[in-house]
Amino acid sequence: MRGSMQEKYGPTSPNIQIYRPQLTSVLSIANRISGVVTSVGAVGLVLWLLAAAAGPDTYAFARWLLSSSLGQIGLLIFMFAFFLHLCGGIRHLIWDAVYGFDLSTIYASGWVVVAASVVLTVAAWIAGLYAAS
Amino acid sequence: MTRRRERTLLEGAGHWWRERVTAVALIPLTLWFFASIIAHSANDYSAVIAWLRMPSSTLMMVLLLVALFYHTALGLQTIIDDYVHSARKVPALIIMRLGCLALAAAGTFAVLRIVVRG
Repeated sequence: MRGSMQEKYGPTSPNIQIYRPQLTSVLSIANRISGVVTSVGAVGLVLWLLAAAAGPDTYAFARWLLSSSLGQIGLLIFMFAFFLHLCGGIRHLIWDAVYGFDLSTIYASGWVVVAASVVLTVAAWIAGLYAAS
Repeated sequence: MTRRRERTLLEGAGHWWRERVTAVALIPLTLWFFASIIAHSANDYSAVIAWLRMPSSTLMMVLLLVALFYHTALGLQTIIDDYVHSARKVPALIIMRLGCLALAAAGTFAVLRIVVRG
C-alpha cells in the first residue's frame, strides 16, 4: 500500500450517497451549507455598510433593493441560514465540551436546533416588522 | 510519525481552535447586531448613521467584521480542503483568503468613514 492514494491522502469515507438521510447527517451537511449561505449574507452586510458610507441616496437604493420581494426573500433565507448555523454551532460547542453524545440526546438536540432556528427567524422577522412600523 | 505529518496535525489543531474562538466571539457579536438593527430600525438613514457613530457601536461592528470574516475564512478553508483536490486548490485558498480580508477591510473602512464624516 506504500505510496498508494490511501497512504497519500489518508483513509476515505464510505460513499455517503448509499445511506438513507437521517436527522444527524442532514444537520451535519446543513451546518456546512448554512455557513456558506451566511458567508454570502456577510458580503451583503459589507455592501450595506458601504452603501451607508456612500450617502443617503445610495442607502435609499440599498433599502429599495432589500424591501423588494426578491430582497425580502433573500433576507429571510440569510436570516434562517444564520440562525441554523448559530444553533448548530452552539450544539457543536457543547459536543466539544464532551456533553450530549448518547444517541437520544443527539436526536433531541438536533430537533432543538431545528425548532430554535425556526422560532428565532420568525421572532426576528416579526420584531423587525414591528420596529419598522 | 514524521516531522511533516506532526506539523500538519499541529496546524489542524490551530485551525480547529481558532474556529472555536471566533465562533464563541460571534455569538454575542451577531446577537448584538440583530438586536441593534431591530431596535434602531435600519429604515432611517440618519438613525443608522447615528447608531454606527456611537463609540460602542463602532467598536462592536469592527469586532463583528473581523470575527465574522476570520471565521468565514476558516470555514471555507475546510470546505476547499474537503472538496478541491486538483491543482486549483492553492489558488482557490489564496483567492478565498484575499476575498475575506478585502471584505473585512471594506466593511471596516465603511464604518470608519461614517464615523469620520458623520
